Amino acid sequence: MLELRGLCKSFGAAVVLQDIDLVVREGEMVFLIGPSGSGKSTLLRCCNRLEEPTSGVVIVEGQSILRSRVNLNQVRRRIGMVFQSFNLYPHMTARQNVTLALRKVAGKTRVEADTIARRMLDHVGLSDRIDFYPRALSGGQQQRVAIARALALEPRIVLFDEPTSALDPELVNSVLSVMRMLRDEGMTMVVVSHEMRFAREAADSIVFMSDGRILEQGIPDQIFGAPRHPRLRDFLSSIMQG
Amino acid sequence: MDTFAENFLNLDVVGDYVPDLLAGMWITLKLAGIILFFGLASGTALALVRMVRLRLLNLVILVFVDVARALPPLMLMVVAYFGLPYLGLRLNGFAVACIVLAAVLAAFTEELLWAGLSTVAVGQYEAARSTGLTFLQMMGSVILPQAFRLVQAPLLSRIIATTKNTALASVVAVPELLSQANTAQGYSGNASPLTAASLGYLAIMLPMVIVARHYERRQRPE
Repeated sequence: MLELRGLCKSFGAAVVLQDIDLVVREGEMVFLIGPSGSGKSTLLRCCNRLEEPTSGVVIVEGQSILRSRVNLNQVRRRIGMVFQSFNLYPHMTARQNVTLALRKVAGKTRVEADTIARRMLDHVGLSDRIDFYPRALSGGQQQRVAIARALALEPRIVLFDEPTSALDPELVNSVLSVMRMLRDEGMTMVVVSHEMRFAREAADSIVFMSDGRILEQGIPDQIFGAPRHPRLRDFLSSIMQG
Repeated sequence: MDTFAENFLNLDVVGDYVPDLLAGMWITLKLAGIILFFGLASGTALALVRMVRLRLLNLVILVFVDVARALPPLMLMVVAYFGLPYLGLRLNGFAVACIVLAAVLAAFTEELLWAGLSTVAVGQYEAARSTGLTFLQMMGSVILPQAFRLVQAPLLSRIIATTKNTALASVVAVPELLSQANTAQGYSGNASPLTAASLGYLAIMLPMVIVARHYERRQRPE
């Protein structure tokens, strides 16, 4: 579904990603964990070329998306993205946030797009907030609208960049339960998150990154139960103390 | 007091020149409409071109914007009207007024909008791009509406100033409202047509000022 080979990214002299190899299979939920500055978000953003990789290969559904001939906007349509700060369009209602790309990118009519938006917002539990503007919604509700916006285009994979980090603690669960539901529906997801308990419970695979490299990858029980790399052990003990 | 009424509020005199004044008002409205449309559109286009960040092009835009904002529009108009014919380019006063005032408005619009565009959060661009919108779709539906909202108060006062500046066209022989009033004053030896013309300007400007006030109020933080 998603494959990274030899991915490198530098900002000037600063090397942020070094020789990343990663395979995400269809229906898998993969968590990227690691200390801040380890390159998790940059890795995620290379997958839809919000960041341009310095070298390496990114393959989505068998197609390398780094070639110059690739229609990037059509690629992005198949890769949903959910951001830490939601990034809803503040001048549009929840419905308009969802329908914009449906109409402009997917070429749906207003009626079709409205129907899909209604279904998507209903799916994330916001059927009674369809015509609300973002400023009238809580953080958790805004993030669920953002998820509905990403899902509406029927992406093959969804990237989550710290989706709950900006939320008040009592609102985190509303977003996590939507993500859990997506996993149960078989959505392929790559998640950067600090929600370790959720990662342990929901992830199919966990990738530990530090200093721009993948140091360890495995199933949750192995990563949390029997971490091998000393850096991972340090990282886990440092966050578990809190 | 009687002499003031006689010279400034003389309805008999005004009555004679009402058709001329209305014709002038119509030309003022036409000037304003054309200038606002082309000025705002080309200012927006310039801001969009500047977004592409080509160094040479941006330098050209910056020079244009700074020069157009620095020079008095009256001087630009006079130079264009009386100077261009020597270069073989003969434009009538109406065209000169439109081009000069639209260019000046474009310069101000570009500068204001650029400030607005720079203020829109990076996440807005990223969200739009992540859903596959093209550059123009992103700008048109997501970024520009927010940028315009951010700068609507100064932009509206610029629109009002530009509309008033159509009166400058009287110096390049455009028979707009002020010019008609001046002519009428000359023929009649009475200033009442000027009073009437100022009522005409009020009729054009007051709605704009009221709309501007409404938007200014709306923009205050909640």
